[in-house]
Amino acid sequence: MIAIVDYGAGNIRSVEKAFRFISEETTVTSDEKTILSAEKVVLPGVGAFGDAMQKLNESGLTGTIKKVVEKGTPFFGICLGLQLLFEGSDEAPGVPGLGLIKGYIHRFPDTPGFKIPEIGWNSLKITPGTKLFKGIEDGAFVYFVHSYYLNTPEPVVAAKCNYILDFHAAVEKDNIFACQFHPEKSGSVGLEILKNFAAV
Amino acid sequence: MLTKRIIPCLDIKDGRVVKGINFVNLRDAGDPVETASAYDRAGADELVFLDITASSDAREIKADLVRKISEAIFIPFTVGGGIRTIDDFKVILREGADKVAVNSAAIMDPDLIARAADKFGSQCVVVAIDAKRRPDGKGWNIFKNGGRIDMGIDAVEWAEKAYRLGAGEILLTSMDCDGTKDGYDMELTRTISERVGIPVIASGGAGKKEHFRDVLTDGKADAALAATLFHYKELEISDLKKYLSDEGIPVRI
Repeated sequence: MIAIVDYGAGNIRSVEKAFRFISEETTVTSDEKTILSAEKVVLPGVGAFGDAMQKLNESGLTGTIKKVVEKGTPFFGICLGLQLLFEGSDEAPGVPGLGLIKGYIHRFPDTPGFKIPEIGWNSLKITPGTKLFKGIEDGAFVYFVHSYYLNTPEPVVAAKCNYILDFHAAVEKDNIFACQFHPEKSGSVGLEILKNFAAV
Repeated sequence: MLTKRIIPCLDIKDGRVVKGINFVNLRDAGDPVETASAYDRAGADELVFLDITASSDAREIKADLVRKISEAIFIPFTVGGGIRTIDDFKVILREGADKVAVNSAAIMDPDLIARAADKFGSQCVVVAIDAKRRPDGKGWNIFKNGGRIDMGIDAVEWAEKAYRLGAGEILLTSMDCDGTKDGYDMELTRTISERVGIPVIASGGAGKKEHFRDVLTDGKADAALAATLFHYKELEISDLKKYLSDEGIPVRI
């Protein structure tokens, strides 16, 4: 059973529906016991970094997430759920993230000819041998909606992408997986990525 | 590289697709879910559902529609038509739509854009604009109620205002070009796209592949929408995308 962490953020239902579509059993929950006993955990999210961290801290979910990751449970952060795993974000200066992986979330620099947020399908440069992208061709298109991007110094990058600049679109570190794009909205490629996570 | 998007638009009434759909092998061509699935398979990057249901239980019908679509389709989709309140946004987004398009209600109450963007994020607030060239030929006015009422407001100024209030995208329909199949309104699309820092979806006038190329290059549109052209299979999305790719335009194939 996959526990989808409910902390009041958007797009939770879309993630749930996509997992259901690939025949995975899910539960949307904010209960520590349920999360700690789940086979896998997903942290989705659409919204603002500072607001989300505040909700995680106030509800005690910050501790729960750290515990479940520590325990070795496969954990998947999606979109804002990826950003929260890192140390901080330009979106909320001074607000510490979960800090599970080293790295920082930056705002795309204003650049003539480029609109922010990046909205639409962009192609991935996939790191060979990753679990998340098993069976997925390099250059595959996935759907992004974001104004902020990850840059991590750790050797955990599973896929890169380019918009205005090169950024890190997905990471894998031990039992932690995360992507900036929306696999639940990336058509057949996205469903394949969710299946790969479910099969970890 | 971020690709340009090709977006079929489906008109829905009472839970059914209104215009004809010529997909082969559809059990029920009026079923929005089947139609949407077919477009997904055909390579559509996104879908827009314009719900023109006018009955008293329109909201429930719409919510039910959105739920069914979101259980079967895993590409982004926008729902518009008769959106008036923050509650309308809430219901549609909760049921699984990615974006909500608002038109007349935003004209009457521009602050609705700001409230929706603040509550749900700019990325899900699409402001739909119906624009028509003024009789003097200088500029365009916006119309409300499905193009019936001239508001006497300049379309470019309205687009800029919507952008400043927090709209995440502009769905721009040229009333002059809509239905003509003579091509998108290049000047209107380019003018607005250059004035707002958010993506512009061009709509109205698509008749052949070249029109898409033109509006996505010279017209500076980020996405191009069409309805009848795709519904009646006058143009296959896969053929269109191959053509655009050959023309050097980045598309998802």
